[in-house]
Amino acid sequence: MKPPPFDYHRPAGLGEALRSLAEAGAHGKVLAGGQSLIPLLNMRLAAPGHLVDINGLTELGTIAADASGVRVGALARHAVVERSGSARAAQPLLAQALRLVAHPVIRNRGTVVGSLVHADPSAEMPAVLALLGGSVRLASLGGERDVAAADFFVGPLESACLPGELAVSAFFPALPERSGTAFCEVARRHGDYAVAGVAAAVTLDEDFRISAARVVCVSVGPVPVVVDVTGVCGRRPPASVDWDAVARAVQDRIEPEGDIHATADYRRHLTGVLVTKALRGAAHEAAEGGEGPA
Amino acid sequence: MTTKLFGEPVRRREDARLITGQGRFLDDLGANALAAAFVRSPHAHARIRDVDVSAALDVEGLVAIYTWEDLPGLIAEPLPLLIPHPALTHGRTGHALARDVVRHVGEPVVMVVAADRYVAEDACALIEVDYELLKPVVGVEEAAEAVNLVHADVPGNIGAHLVQEVHSAAGTSAREAIEAAPHTLAFRLDIERSASMPLEGRGVYARWDADDESLRVYSSTQTSTSVRMAVAAKLGLALPKVEVIAPDVGGGFGVKIVHPWPEEILVPWAARLLGREVKWTEDRREHFISSAHERAQVHHVRVGFDDDGRVLGLDVNILHDHGAYTPYGIIVPIITSTQLVGPYKIGAYRVEFTSIYTNTVQVTPYRGAGRPQGVFCMERTMDRIAAHLGRDRTEVRAANFIQPGEFPYDQGMTFQDGRPLIYDSGDYPESLRMLKELIGWDSFPATKAEAAAEGRTIGIGVGCYVEGTGVGPYEGGHVQITSDGRVHVSTGLTSQGQGHETVFAQIAATELGVPIERVSVVTGDTRRFGYAVGTFASRAAVMSGNAIALACRKVRDKALKVAADALEADPRDLEITDGVVHVAGAPSASIPLATVAVLSNPLRYAFDQEAQRATQFAGPSSDDRPPVEDGEEPGMEGRDYYSPIRSTFASGMHAAIVETDPLTAEIKILRYVVVHDCGKLINPMIVEGQIHGGVGQGVGGALYEKMAYDEHGQLLNASFMDFLMPYATEVPRIETAHLETPSPLNPLGVKGAGEAGVIPVSAVVAAAIEDAEGITIDRMPISPSDLYSLRTDTRLRKIQ
Ligand SMILES: Cc1cc2nc3c(=O)[nH]c(=O)nc-3n(C[C@H](O)[C@H](O)[C@H](O)COP(=O)(O)OP(=O)(O)OC[C@H]3O[C@@H](n4cnc5c(N)ncnc54)[C@H](O)[C@@H]3O)c2cc1C
Repeated sequence: MKPPPFDYHRPAGLGEALRSLAEAGAHGKVLAGGQSLIPLLNMRLAAPGHLVDINGLTELGTIAADASGVRVGALARHAVVERSGSARAAQPLLAQALRLVAHPVIRNRGTVVGSLVHADPSAEMPAVLALLGGSVRLASLGGERDVAAADFFVGPLESACLPGELAVSAFFPALPERSGTAFCEVARRHGDYAVAGVAAAVTLDEDFRISAARVVCVSVGPVPVVVDVTGVCGRRPPASVDWDAVARAVQDRIEPEGDIHATADYRRHLTGVLVTKALRGAAHEAAEGGEGPA
Repeated sequence: MTTKLFGEPVRRREDARLITGQGRFLDDLGANALAAAFVRSPHAHARIRDVDVSAALDVEGLVAIYTWEDLPGLIAEPLPLLIPHPALTHGRTGHALARDVVRHVGEPVVMVVAADRYVAEDACALIEVDYELLKPVVGVEEAAEAVNLVHADVPGNIGAHLVQEVHSAAGTSAREAIEAAPHTLAFRLDIERSASMPLEGRGVYARWDADDESLRVYSSTQTSTSVRMAVAAKLGLALPKVEVIAPDVGGGFGVKIVHPWPEEILVPWAARLLGREVKWTEDRREHFISSAHERAQVHHVRVGFDDDGRVLGLDVNILHDHGAYTPYGIIVPIITSTQLVGPYKIGAYRVEFTSIYTNTVQVTPYRGAGRPQGVFCMERTMDRIAAHLGRDRTEVRAANFIQPGEFPYDQGMTFQDGRPLIYDSGDYPESLRMLKELIGWDSFPATKAEAAAEGRTIGIGVGCYVEGTGVGPYEGGHVQITSDGRVHVSTGLTSQGQGHETVFAQIAATELGVPIERVSVVTGDTRRFGYAVGTFASRAAVMSGNAIALACRKVRDKALKVAADALEADPRDLEITDGVVHVAGAPSASIPLATVAVLSNPLRYAFDQEAQRATQFAGPSSDDRPPVEDGEEPGMEGRDYYSPIRSTFASGMHAAIVETDPLTAEIKILRYVVVHDCGKLINPMIVEGQIHGGVGQGVGGALYEKMAYDEHGQLLNASFMDFLMPYATEVPRIETAHLETPSPLNPLGVKGAGEAGVIPVSAVVAAAIEDAEGITIDRMPISPSDLYSLRTDTRLRKIQ
């Protein structure tokens, strides 16, 4: 469990980082929190010729929140984002999801943006970005581009970030007034990746009827699976929604697989249970935020 | 007061060192040693056609590459079969490096020695082994069909087959008794594979001293004395030229009693050959695929019983998955077979096991060592009997208990030490009474109904076990009081974090009447004590504890004699308190043990002021007696051994309340209660710690852990990412109560406690889930996904 040989770069600034990445091309890898990459290296499942360690780029550690949403820099650690009051105010789902990511020591090192680029279909942050319709900003020597969440997650452990590119930040949009969110999951042990998990965002209209409802499911497909359930919910108050029908609608859209921890059937069942739980939680929060009936 | 320490919850003396990073584990040693790494088989079953090392030769820092062809003499021979048994007709062991055929993924094929581990692994990656694939044999039932063979010369894949029969008092066999019984049941029970999984893996570090032609080996082992003998024998070295030290060891749980591991032979061999220090530290993946597993067994049970639930006949047939090799003999299925009967009087008992080879990691004892499976069988049987008769589950157990007046109780079988299975003492009815009171057994139906009214599903389960502990053949203790008044205790068996330093110091301090601060304890260091067996089978407190007590008593007698001379008193009138010998009732007539130690060693040379007192002209001595009298030895030293006629039998009963989520099928243990009897408690806090750790591992076995082999013999979850050991968050708070039925077999009256906690957990949790769900649970572990499938199957069956 020792990594194969690699050249180590620790750039002091963004320009230098991008140059190193450009030179390394397909042989380069960014090292952020290292919580996913280092195990892969030690198990020799990855063998990049060059590691570009971005931990010196303090300018990427920022979290900027305003009414439109939260922009999270590439070096912002899970734990810092989780505790950020302004991030929580602009987009509560971030903290709701982050408390489910691994354990505190891992959150102290791991980065939100690293988690997005890593694109694990069981991970929470890609799901959150997908649900909210956020985007990732990629920088290279050639310039910057923003990639929408829907295009960013390509497959299991595969994102749209190309060789030579550095994800410098990600943007998590805020939701309209009278919105609520929730993240519910079942993991085998506390802090493990979820066997199944569902995040929901619900927006209510002025009469506290559901005007928009979306869920995203983790661990049941190659990428986070977003399902808009506004139609199935009907424009009804949460209390009179046919949640079972909503759950079934989502279950029809997922492609769970069995593995050593759970059968595909169980994952499908669980996703249904969690869809209901997450949507009701989100609707409840939306109503509370709007001081309407729960 | 300060010296009465036996039975007190003395704080663990090793903890300050261990929790502040001062521990010295194997990998903390030998910073400049060369590193070894291994090319291991990626296939479960294959013939090695060729090993091509040429690509690795250019790696900078490479020192040596070895294959089986390079191994000389005994090192090239198969590894020892440690515990032969007549029923093990086809015992097989591997080679230090594979010869011709590999029989499980992870078997070592090539050893690389290099400047450091990074380079060694780089070289490993460049070595090409050409394999001819053979058909893998995976799954114990598939293996039993023997379509393919693990060892070409082992027909049927059967390593061992053993039947033990105990007829009833009236002479009926189990099968006859079952036939004649008013009620009979038959069912199958399964337990999955798990493993010891110590947080510190194995490791070996060897230093060859060319000038002295001697070898020092550090090994993360549970038996340094036996590793020493094995290394000396394999390397052809004189025993006095080999010393083996177990440094701090980060857990063993059984896997480190196996020896010599290939690495324990190869690393010292390479160190001598190269004239360089060599170290190998096992990594986690290696531990998963190259050490040992346990637990997997299939059991077919038939039972006959009367209207009160008394077992008239019990017939158990066990298929034991032994993996690829049998280095530790058939201890595990023997223990399952014999300990299965627990605290019960079984009318007539027949148990048969077949040990089957598969192309998987070998099976050797893991904490509990076959007992969790046996207890699972017996306790699930008790629950089935109760369900069949519509009786309370504890009543059925009580109807079968051996009664307090019936000890010593002979179960009529041969135990794992080759001696009769005779229980020394116990009080099972009292244990059960305490347990029921603690968990609130009698009021549980009301609690359950209340929960149901809130839409919650809860259930309760109970499990009982008896554990043969403290098996022989012997351990020894050495105690020396030096002229500074310090007490040095050593014993040959090793520690893996259990608290031996504390417990043995408590025994010595109590026996000698000295403050515990003056006592130091060394374990597992052959320089200090060469004769020992090892740490396993919950034996350290019984074996070394008693040996140390006996050695202390020798030293005490001697101290009193020397002090009596000095004080001109009768030794029978003397006491030792706080390290001072004094005349009982006359504290002023006293002499410190330090001075006694000085006087016990007649000197010619005074190396310090204290020592002057023992020199030839220091004081009056009788001219007609030699300075060291006949039969005496200089110095305040004592050595003694404890060798029991047979094992002591600890016991315990656990109960749990679990909640299952009606929607997600998640399983949560709400309460876990233990009543434990290990005879006299030396340190109740340490016993509780052992129980907590054991229950934690038991929870792992019940709800989380399994070795997921696919049909090719690949272990799919060989990492902590996918092999789920419970975290602190998954282990419930554990409530314990102690019962003390002293063992009549040893001077301290103690029994073992090390394995207890883990033994009944799967049985208890299964019973509680069954009670909550109303669904039969006959295989463990069980995950939420498994429970969901069971619910679905049950629902479908009901519809059909
Ligand atoms: C025990 C354990 C449990 C965990 N449990 C969870 C869990 O429950 N849920 C969960 O979501 N995660 C979990 N994780 C993963 C954790 O969240 C990781 O931190 C995260 O997935 C990756 O972030 P990182 O900063 O550590 O990235 P790294 O490990 O440094 O990198 C991961 C990958 O992303 C690339 N990368 C990283 N940053 C950038 C960038 N700015 N630009 C371009 N490429 C980049 C790297 O090259 C690499 O390929 C767990 C990790 C561990 C060790």
